[in-house]
Amino acid sequence: MEYFIQLFMSGTVKGSIYALIALGYAMVYGIIQLINFAHGEIYMIGAFTALIIGATMASAGVPTGLVLVVALISAMVWAAAYGVTLEKIAYKPLRNSPRLSALISAIGMSIFLQNYVLLAQTSNFVPYPNWVPQFAFLEDIKGILNSNQFFILLTTAVVMVLFTLMIRYTKMGKAMRATAQDKAMAQLVGINVNQVISVTFVLGSVTAALGGVLICSYMGQINYYIGFIAGIKAFVAAVLGGIGSIPGAVLGSFVLGWTESLGAGYLSSDYEDAFAFVILIIILLVRPSGLLGKKEIKKV
Amino acid sequence: MKPILDVKDMSMVFGGLRAVDKVNIHIDKGEIVALIGPNGAGKTTFFNCITGVYTPTEGEILISRSDNSGDQKKINGLKPNVINNMGLARTFQNIRLFSSMTVLENVMIGRHHALKSSILGSIFRVKSTREEEERLIHESYGILKKIGLEKFVNEQAQNLPYGAQRRLEIARAMATDPFLLLLDEPAAGMNPQETRELVDTINFIRDEENITILLIEHDMSLVMTLSERIYVVDYGQLIAEGAPEEIKANPDVIKAYLGE
Amino acid sequence: MHNIDWKKELKQSTLAALWFIFLTFPLMVMKVAIIQGQATITWRWYNVPVVAVTFFILSFVWRYMLERRNFTQKKESKDILGKLLAQPKYSRPAIIALAVFLLAFPFAFSMYQTNVMISVLIYIILGLGLNIVVGYGGLLHLGYAAFYAMGAYSYGLFFTYMGPKFIEWGINTGLMFWIAIPAAAILSLVFGFIVCLPVIRLRGDYLAIVTLAFGEITRMFLQNEGQITLGPSGVSQIPRPWLLGMKITPVFAAKYVYFIALVLVIISIKVVKNLEDSKIGRAWEAMRDDDIAAQSMGIDLTRAKLASFAVGALWAGFAGVLLAAKTTFINPESFTLWESIIILCVVVLGGMGSIPGVIVGSVLMIMLPEYFRSFAEYRMLIFGLALVLMMIFRQGGIIPRKRKQHTFEVEGEGAVK
Ligand SMILES: Nc1ncnc2c1ncn2[C@@H]1O[C@H](COP(=O)(O)OP(=O)(O)OP(=O)(O)O)[C@@H](O)[C@H]1O
Ligand SMILES: [Mg+2]
Repeated sequence: MEYFIQLFMSGTVKGSIYALIALGYAMVYGIIQLINFAHGEIYMIGAFTALIIGATMASAGVPTGLVLVVALISAMVWAAAYGVTLEKIAYKPLRNSPRLSALISAIGMSIFLQNYVLLAQTSNFVPYPNWVPQFAFLEDIKGILNSNQFFILLTTAVVMVLFTLMIRYTKMGKAMRATAQDKAMAQLVGINVNQVISVTFVLGSVTAALGGVLICSYMGQINYYIGFIAGIKAFVAAVLGGIGSIPGAVLGSFVLGWTESLGAGYLSSDYEDAFAFVILIIILLVRPSGLLGKKEIKKV
Repeated sequence: MKPILDVKDMSMVFGGLRAVDKVNIHIDKGEIVALIGPNGAGKTTFFNCITGVYTPTEGEILISRSDNSGDQKKINGLKPNVINNMGLARTFQNIRLFSSMTVLENVMIGRHHALKSSILGSIFRVKSTREEEERLIHESYGILKKIGLEKFVNEQAQNLPYGAQRRLEIARAMATDPFLLLLDEPAAGMNPQETRELVDTINFIRDEENITILLIEHDMSLVMTLSERIYVVDYGQLIAEGAPEEIKANPDVIKAYLGE
Repeated sequence: MHNIDWKKELKQSTLAALWFIFLTFPLMVMKVAIIQGQATITWRWYNVPVVAVTFFILSFVWRYMLERRNFTQKKESKDILGKLLAQPKYSRPAIIALAVFLLAFPFAFSMYQTNVMISVLIYIILGLGLNIVVGYGGLLHLGYAAFYAMGAYSYGLFFTYMGPKFIEWGINTGLMFWIAIPAAAILSLVFGFIVCLPVIRLRGDYLAIVTLAFGEITRMFLQNEGQITLGPSGVSQIPRPWLLGMKITPVFAAKYVYFIALVLVIISIKVVKNLEDSKIGRAWEAMRDDDIAAQSMGIDLTRAKLASFAVGALWAGFAGVLLAAKTTFINPESFTLWESIIILCVVVLGGMGSIPGVIVGSVLMIMLPEYFRSFAEYRMLIFGLALVLMMIFRQGGIIPRKRKQHTFEVEGEGAVK
């Protein structure tokens, strides 16, 4: 039983990280129907930026708590900046092109950003310092839930709540929902669609960067390639849930996290990465639009 | 004689919206019938249901190709390609040509069903395939000539003037050898000259090619000159049916169009 | 073009330069190394002016190019080379020169060069196959490497399990290649068919991710099921084909494989060309241009998709066997997602749906990195960028697809066009 709980918790933590990344996929897809293949790279760039800024501060003797805060903020700021720039350069000129073109552009951007970081920094794994505070009250159940995991769960919960509130109640949230439903109509009623798209990229990038810093602190290392794998997994999660649906992305992330942990724990750890893909195929066979995806009838 | 198309109590519901609501329509062989109604009345949705693009929520769609009675087939829920093979062809309101292909190729696609060659035959391009291709090219060119598009034969569909694109939609649909042709706003965006030519083309298709026609159109003068019978829908429901003169005089129709 | 407002342009470029200085600052200027928990930061200030000048200029170019694109859209691009080559006066000598070059190549150049050329030929076959799925069918296939692996492993494992038997029976193992070629192609085809059967109903984007998933699962299977597939270390000492029952030296075998590959490429081009203007080829392109219209014109989308996946997979089978024969060694690492993406690049950069495009794409993708070793580390960076720019400024690729033109005799008017 304890083994199960352990696996379940680690699955939940994984799921949280996937959820933070998957939000970006879901939002962007909801608004411009594009699989932002380069989203994983934004997550990686956020984490790398935090490492660089954080390590610089730490070596200058700044206290750890402050380092964590500044590192997180810089991760979010730069991730957002990269996200918006990415959209302006690689996607905006293709808004009226066939979907396949934008998708290939996204793949190109993903390759480009990975190699940009590889060349600008290093191809090796870099150790990632752990700036997350260690909570004393978790001392007794460390085997099941350690401070890093707790911090990840807490952050994800807070982000999800803020996010839901934002989408529900703010003006921008409403504009986003309107744009997702019908871009032309939204434009007609005076919504600045370009701005909505930019904000979407900012939000997606910010949450992904948070996820990036947290998971790297937890795993203790980073390299230019982490975004690609995590990105694909989170994307699988978003598709599982029903791409374009935000609650779907979160649900899909947890389903994926649990499947991976339990599968690796009970079945075979060699295939840990394969479980994601197997469950994806199974779910899509049963529900071709994902768990919470609406079966939309395309207007003709 | 059974009608060639017999739609019984058909509805199409999107979420809470009844886009088509218990509509009954029948069409006899050789007619030109118009389906009119204000914007958003559900006309295109009706076409989509008939042609298999949507599966209607309720009701029956029956077709009968030959005129000996009793031979009706239910087609609800069949795939568009199956329905097309049974002899129903359509055009699209928002032009959906194969834009990167040439005009001729667009028509050749329409003749897809008539080709017998297998993949293996195509891979090795055996004699029968070669001959079939040769025939196909000439047949397709013949159809273009009938519709008056032969001068565009090698153009890319997307580079055609708007009016010609609409006509190409008709040519492509005709190439599928239908007995019933459904035209969704064929005159939209055409100038008066083009519209006049279109009237001739539609009459030609019915008279010379023996294809029955059901058309959606907002251009009332075209509807009145062409059609023998008119159905009027509003908010998904059938509100009137009759000859052009009756429809013109029908107070319900006037109300629907003026929108009170 | 209209008057240029220099003040505005300068301002925009300056802003772009500043923005990119900010954007690239942490990653380009600072470099972090952590040794035993101790961070050392290297400051590379020289990158600031580099970034500033680069983006100041690029910003101009970018805006100019976008504007030009919007102006010239839809207009046919001038294709002087294509027009020249369309005349038999020029095309015939060109074809003869090319044929001589290709025939003489393995004798005129070293074994290394020959091997590079074999790679190019293999990628042409792969590109032609994937082009059927992506270029004609418009279905984004991100797991094509799995079929490539299928081909290579068909030959590799056939040798592993049957090689000893062949020796026992006294049949030379060089024969196995000739059995593997058709067997692998058929296996890949069947594999492509079976795999796609359940997922064919999925919409475009879902299809892309499912093919990716499927490709990765295949690779993990090859890696982890060592008892069947020999695991991560792969299959080695795969025999090269023998010539007329004689074992031949590696140098000679390279030439031999080269010619086999060349013949396969020629056959592939011919077959794909045949498919291009056939019933099924047109159905694929119609499906790509507008699936709903295609279906409404009587095309069975399920069949068309299945056919494109299966026929596409067939070429990957050929290519896989050639790869195994060329390198005599295969392992799962050769069939990662990146492999799928590189093949996709061949198709997209060359020109989707364009056979000459695939050829040029393969030559560029394989030769350039081979011969510009000093650029090797920039290779992927440049590919990535090239994909983006190609999509924005030249969607048809380097050599866009040309549509077939027809002439008709019209009474009294002579030929039309
Ligand atoms: N796939 C769909 N999903 C949801 N609603 C739809 C769909 N297709 C059509 N509708 C709705 O059904 C109603 C009828 O639309 P339809 O296109 O059939 O009208 P129409 O009579 O063809 O109008 P118009 O003359 O403008 O072409 C509209 O309110 C439309 O928004
Ligand atoms: Mg309509």
